Amino acid sequence: MEKPILEMKSITKEFPGVKALDDVTFSVRKGEIHCLVGENGAGKSTLMKVLSGVHPYGSYSGDIFVEGELQKFNSIRESENAGIAIIYQELALIPELSVYENIFLGNELTNGIVIDSNESIKQAVEILKKVGLDVNPLTKIKDLGVGKQQLVEIAKALKKEVKILILDEPTAALNETDSDNLLHLIQGLKDQGVTCILISHKLREVLAIADTVTVLRDGKTVVTLDAHKDVVNEPILIKHMVGRSIDNVYPKREKKPFGKETLRLEKWCAYSYALGRDILKEINLNVHAGEIVGIAGLMGSGRTELAKSIFGNPDHFRVSGKVFIDGVEQKFRDPADAIKASLAYVTEDRKGNGLILIDDVRHNITLANLKEITEGGVINENEEILVANQYRTQLGIKTPSIEQKVRNLSGGNQQKVSLGKWLFVHPGVLILDEPTRGIDVGAKYEIYTLMNSLVDQGMSILMISSELPEILGMSDRIYVMSAGRINGEMPAEDATQEAIMELAVDY
Amino acid sequence: MEDSKQTTSKTDRFKSLLDIMKMNISDYFMFFALVVIMIFFTITTDGVFISSRNISNLINQMGYIAVLAVGMTLIIVIRHIELSVGYLAGFLGAFAAIAMTFWGWPVFAVIPAVMVLGMLAGMLTATPVAKLGVPAFVSTMAAGLVYRGALLLVTMGTGTIVIRDPIFNAIGNGFIPDLPFLGGILPGRHKLTLIFGLIAIILYIISAIRGRKTKKSYNFTVTNPGLFIVQLVVISALIGYIAWILSGYNGISWSLVILMLVVLVFQFITTKTPLGRHIYAVGGNPEAAELSGISVSKITYIVFGAMGLLASLSGIMYASRLRSATTTAGLGFETDAIAAAFVGGVSAAGGVGTIIGSIIGALVMMSLTSGMNLMGIDISIQYIVRGLVLVLAVVFDRITRRNR
Ligand SMILES: Nc1ncnc2c1ncn2[C@@H]1O[C@H](COP(=O)(O)OP(=O)(O)OP(=O)(O)O)[C@@H](O)[C@H]1O
Ligand SMILES: [Mg+2]
Repeated sequence: MEKPILEMKSITKEFPGVKALDDVTFSVRKGEIHCLVGENGAGKSTLMKVLSGVHPYGSYSGDIFVEGELQKFNSIRESENAGIAIIYQELALIPELSVYENIFLGNELTNGIVIDSNESIKQAVEILKKVGLDVNPLTKIKDLGVGKQQLVEIAKALKKEVKILILDEPTAALNETDSDNLLHLIQGLKDQGVTCILISHKLREVLAIADTVTVLRDGKTVVTLDAHKDVVNEPILIKHMVGRSIDNVYPKREKKPFGKETLRLEKWCAYSYALGRDILKEINLNVHAGEIVGIAGLMGSGRTELAKSIFGNPDHFRVSGKVFIDGVEQKFRDPADAIKASLAYVTEDRKGNGLILIDDVRHNITLANLKEITEGGVINENEEILVANQYRTQLGIKTPSIEQKVRNLSGGNQQKVSLGKWLFVHPGVLILDEPTRGIDVGAKYEIYTLMNSLVDQGMSILMISSELPEILGMSDRIYVMSAGRINGEMPAEDATQEAIMELAVDY
Repeated sequence: MEDSKQTTSKTDRFKSLLDIMKMNISDYFMFFALVVIMIFFTITTDGVFISSRNISNLINQMGYIAVLAVGMTLIIVIRHIELSVGYLAGFLGAFAAIAMTFWGWPVFAVIPAVMVLGMLAGMLTATPVAKLGVPAFVSTMAAGLVYRGALLLVTMGTGTIVIRDPIFNAIGNGFIPDLPFLGGILPGRHKLTLIFGLIAIILYIISAIRGRKTKKSYNFTVTNPGLFIVQLVVISALIGYIAWILSGYNGISWSLVILMLVVLVFQFITTKTPLGRHIYAVGGNPEAAELSGISVSKITYIVFGAMGLLASLSGIMYASRLRSATTTAGLGFETDAIAAAFVGGVSAAGGVGTIIGSIIGALVMMSLTSGMNLMGIDISIQYIVRGLVLVLAVVFDRITRRNR
């Protein structure tokens, strides 16, 4: 038996009102890929933040040993120096800076005083090769797709000697191809002797690459499984994670004839002044009451832009074409108009434009529909508390109270708050943009069940998703987008992953 | 999914109480700091500081900065800054003086006219900010230069314009009348002030009890009766004490009336209405606010318009206090207002800051000035002390908020 490269013993970490980690023991062998799974709020990110010094020594109890030596990290820098690199759940790159500047951010190479750009670029090229990314190091980050940005993050982590690489949900925002790419890369790193800790809600990829899997639940270690010896499969993992088994991740709903058409687009086009080109071209599409319509496509195919351009066009694209809601043509000046016409849009980027992070759960949930709890111009705070608690229960939002700042919730629970906020608008047409990004299997199942019951009551759902199984499992009808066009439409019964991918990559 | 475990044991409960106190310490800290500062000056000045006369003076001196601080708080909450309000206040004061002295406008026409002008000016300054995303720093600095020029222009011929209207001059110098028929009781005290104090206490108690009752009818947990009564007593005593002090001099001044109205209205709007929520949402995350159906540009107009309106009140209060319009009126007001807002806990990152906080901030700064004046400390030292207090307050606020 090899000596573990990392041992975390009896780690306990508390936040006001929450015991995020409760006597967790976690041990990683040298050179393995160790996956960490668990429900939203189970404490995965917190455990890794303890390890990397984000939560400094003294703010938790328990001991951390790296290669047998007791470590007391007070900052990320100290853990980095000990060979631990972490890539956070949220990308931490500066969009306006170039690839190489981002790679050396905080560790700039200088010749005495001035930054040595030539040397930096040269080294950046080397590092980029390691992660198999073929881009000009002078490209600005904002001009790269998310998949490539993720690789830059890894490159940034690898510029120093790394013994343990921690990746917190690196594939959450990636499509299948980019994810596969990344997983290959991780396996390559393993062959070079780097130990990897990977957090993911995508169990398939966990099963594909893990040597060991540790399951956390409610801040406690439930089990550690050896993928090469023990029986490890999805149902077993799910059972450990949620404490019960889920037979079908995509719950069936009773087939009912659809109602009338609720949303219709005719020759919908959009031009972006910022990019100086057309981003949506002659889009025709419709959705009926009681129907879930999926929109598949690659990152950058224009799906989010489509949703936003319908939803009152806050990015001020130049749009043309027609939008009909319940058969009536609408011209929305801003999102407020769209909301009035019973549209709702759950954004893909909950931190960027979905939630007010510095505000609490309660205020976030009611923000888009304050008038429902306003009497005579005054907000009825007691009603507000009822509403917020209702969605907290219905969606299983894990938080010590509805007065908790959203910033302090785990990623998946933030997503649920975002969802709750838009359900409270009682929309007729609900546009979901990557609705289950970063959400655990149990919660996914709950959200799917919820979607089913919503369409059952006559709502229409337009679901943008990069997860093909989700598109296939939940939609009644599927549109595939590519380069700003609808490249194909198919009923879910006839659709396969291959058919969708073929249309998605065909420009 | 289950909730986090119910905390039941005594130590746990104590711990969570500590947590709550830690969470709120930055909210109450400035209030405690204010009390400490006041006690300090009361001791060093042998009680002169807390005398009715000085407190009354302090409030009248603070009025025209405090109303600006209220508006400035909202401006900073939505992530902007307003550098023109000092000169805007000065210019509008001069406008009022000219309208009354040279054009013969009646005072009751001048005041609303000036207020409308102020609001329009604020919205005009906001236009490049709201429509084109021009930084407010630039837009308002430019507007400040224009108002400064305009102020010099209109006062060029005459220099200082003396205001003779007694009603106008009462705003900054006068007090509410007393009830003559109560002359015999409590001699030397301003009876109406005491009566208002009493009414305020009664209203406060009624609304607190009512709020608690409705909360109960929703089956929500309420603070335990003991604590609730302590809270009632402390706040009632505070109101009573303030009324008592004020009644010892001339009673409630018109400046204080205006200031209280402004605070009440803005406190109500920011905490109880959808508009208030929208303002904080825009400050917290403009993009998310826009997607939630809140028009960021509309909120920008409203907040800058309100700021302009408050600048007009400030200008009126100041001109009235001096009984004249001068060429340097408004100089540096905006800096004092910004300082008050920051001492009161507003955050430049947006979305954080309260009206009451800024008023406390203004009180802190004004108490320092008043107290140091009474102690006969040189103006040079006064500046240094105020600068240090400003930076310490913000540093403390940062530290206590960081770990949340
Ligand atoms: N800074 C903080 N302040 C207060 N509570 C926090 C803080 N960070 C995390 N928590 C709480 O700790 C718990 C664990 O959170 P953590 O982010 O580790 O979950 P996670 O397992 O990574 O979940 P997810 O899969 O949703 O990302 C949650 O209940 C969360 O609300
Ligand atoms: Mg996490």
